[in-house]
Amino acid sequence: MPVQPLLALRGVSKRFAAVQALVDVELEIRAGEVVALMGDNAAGKSTLVKVISGVGPADKGVIEWQGSAVQIRRPQDAQVLGIATVYQDLAMCGNLDVVGNLFLGREIHRFGVLDEVEMERRTRQLLHTLSIRVPDVRVPLAALSSGQRQVVAITRSFVGEPRLLLLDEPTTALGIEQTSQLLDLIEELRDRGLGVLLISHNMGDIKAVADRVAVLRLGRNNGVFDVNTTSQEQIISSITGAADNTTTPRPSRPEEAWP
Amino acid sequence: MAVRGRRARARAADAAPEAGRRREGHRWYTERLRANAGAVRRRVHEGRLGPVPALLALAVTWSVFQGLNDNFLTPRNLSVLSVDIVGTGIIAVGIVFVLLIGEIDLAVGSLAGLAGALFAALYVNLGIPEWLAAIVAVASGAAAGAVHGFSFAKIGVPAFVVTLAGLLSWNGLMLYLLGTESTIHFNQDGLVAALTSRYFSAAVTTYGLAALGTAAYLLVSYHDRRRRSTAGMPCRPVGEIWARTALLAVVAFAAVHVLGRFEGLPLALVLFLGVIVASDFFLRRTPYGRQVLALGGGVEAARRTGVDVVRVRISVFMVSGTLAAVGGLFVASRVTSASQVPGSGMLLISAIAAAIIGGTSLFGGRGSTWSALLGVLIIQSIASGMALLGVQPPVQFMITGGVLFTAVVFDSLARRAAESGWRA
Ligand SMILES: Nc1ncnc2c1ncn2[C@@H]1O[C@H](COP(=O)(O)OP(=O)(O)OP(=O)(O)O)[C@@H](O)[C@H]1O
Ligand SMILES: [Mg+2]
Repeated sequence: MPVQPLLALRGVSKRFAAVQALVDVELEIRAGEVVALMGDNAAGKSTLVKVISGVGPADKGVIEWQGSAVQIRRPQDAQVLGIATVYQDLAMCGNLDVVGNLFLGREIHRFGVLDEVEMERRTRQLLHTLSIRVPDVRVPLAALSSGQRQVVAITRSFVGEPRLLLLDEPTTALGIEQTSQLLDLIEELRDRGLGVLLISHNMGDIKAVADRVAVLRLGRNNGVFDVNTTSQEQIISSITGAADNTTTPRPSRPEEAWP
Repeated sequence: MAVRGRRARARAADAAPEAGRRREGHRWYTERLRANAGAVRRRVHEGRLGPVPALLALAVTWSVFQGLNDNFLTPRNLSVLSVDIVGTGIIAVGIVFVLLIGEIDLAVGSLAGLAGALFAALYVNLGIPEWLAAIVAVASGAAAGAVHGFSFAKIGVPAFVVTLAGLLSWNGLMLYLLGTESTIHFNQDGLVAALTSRYFSAAVTTYGLAALGTAAYLLVSYHDRRRRSTAGMPCRPVGEIWARTALLAVVAFAAVHVLGRFEGLPLALVLFLGVIVASDFFLRRTPYGRQVLALGGGVEAARRTGVDVVRVRISVFMVSGTLAAVGGLFVASRVTSASQVPGSGMLLISAIAAAIIGGTSLFGGRGSTWSALLGVLIIQSIASGMALLGVQPPVQFMITGGVLFTAVVFDSLARRAAESGWRA
């Protein structure tokens, strides 16, 4: 019996007023698998993430969760399924503290009163298990550095035991150590049977953790590749469009060479 | 697959039992103490000073006027002041809600006037029971707020414009209701009149209330501390809790004592404090309040975590409309009449100024309903002090305007500091 993918997108399209951002996109993510999503700027990667997280539902297309079609029209729908997202722009409230941001939208309350103690306890626990250091969990987010804010955003995606993680360029502001830590974490999650969608422009990171690479180009699928059997040049030419003969190929950048 | 094996998977031991967490809690606190000096500097830098500037401004205001005229800090003057602030203060609490989501409500002055006129017209002219008339008046504020909120949140008209239209329309409706009489007087012994004319004078009651408030604060602080220490989390030292409670007790008992030397503790002041405590609780301790603050911190961020932005926005304008109407009843109660005197403009300006001077940011997300109390105290103190000195209203306006300007400049600088931190 073939294993049902955790999440499958079938023919997803989305249009903004003047821009056709996604056209008939297909994507499958299995449990225990890290899928990288690559593509040039404005290829539609973030738009796809927002389709899955319920923030910007698709105009057309079907989302299947473990083999059955589901409706994800609101962020809550995705939350109920166990989909957690780290957005490219982080989408956090600078005036709320770390605890407030972590539990925003899923506050713990007793008789309608926020249980700050319990939320703070779980925050500390979570930070501890992820071995993340934040100077003070009660400091407003605006007072943290951008890297620290990104770490908090990543931490937020672990609140409430997610089953599928969407990471939209989660390492842009991270230091070397934090990036390596996140990659470790992604591997650990994969081993625990979570599905992960990782968006990144960094070939090294993707080579290190991803199982497959899905490429988007101008809002369309432009191939799915097995990381272990595909050369870097193949993927890059698929990203830049050299492989679909629509544009002239751009030379690959030397610092991104595969080992 | 060889690549994967190379990635180390060393992770800090998750076997950190009770003792470890205790130790961590302790270390956290000492670290925090050490960082205290730096933290204060950072707070100044980032513009997170809370009520400190407003408290300083109030202290300066009181010292200056007391220095210029020693009738200022008399029980009589303070008693009058404590009732005068209530109408504007309650309206300012509503303004705090609106400012917290980063918007403005220019209609509150007109809504306050409308509530007074509606109440008087229903009660005096139509003979409807007083309590019912009062409820209808307050409900009219909620309904008008819902209209503003709907137009803003659902249709997308800027709140500034919607409420500007409201300012004009509701003022027109009030003039229409008052008709040719231009002033409707109502019963001096009635329910609404009692709002500002009733005083608690029995020492048992007044000191009892002060003791009750202090005890409640102590109890809540202790309860919180116990829960945190049971969970092995850093918590406030007992000494600090006692110091804060003592400070609160001094302020509460001093106020009761001074007010008791005139007519007693005004009912209006007790109700005002009740509104502040309740609204502060709602904003800081309930999921709804968290959503309001989140909206002020970033609409898109709030939306992405599932906040129903339209619903929260409408509700906030309803809160401000309702509180404007309640405040309007207090204003009418003070003069036991509703009249055409064009005071609604001044009311609007004072309420907005109070919220901002008290420390709530114009730019959303930062502030507390306590700033309504502090701000309105400062504004009314200036007005009352000037009146004692015989200064003409034009000069009063200029000085209050100057204070407001200073507050807004501070607010903007604080925002810039926070922004630069955000962008860094
Ligand atoms: N809210 C929006 N309104 C209008 N157009 C949008 C909106 N969001 C995205 N777009 C458009 O959709 C296209 C895809 O954008 P998207 O953000 O998904 O790209 P991306 O692949 O994430 O790029 P990047 O690598 O720069 O993050 C772009 O042309 C963008 O201009
Ligand atoms: Mg993007």
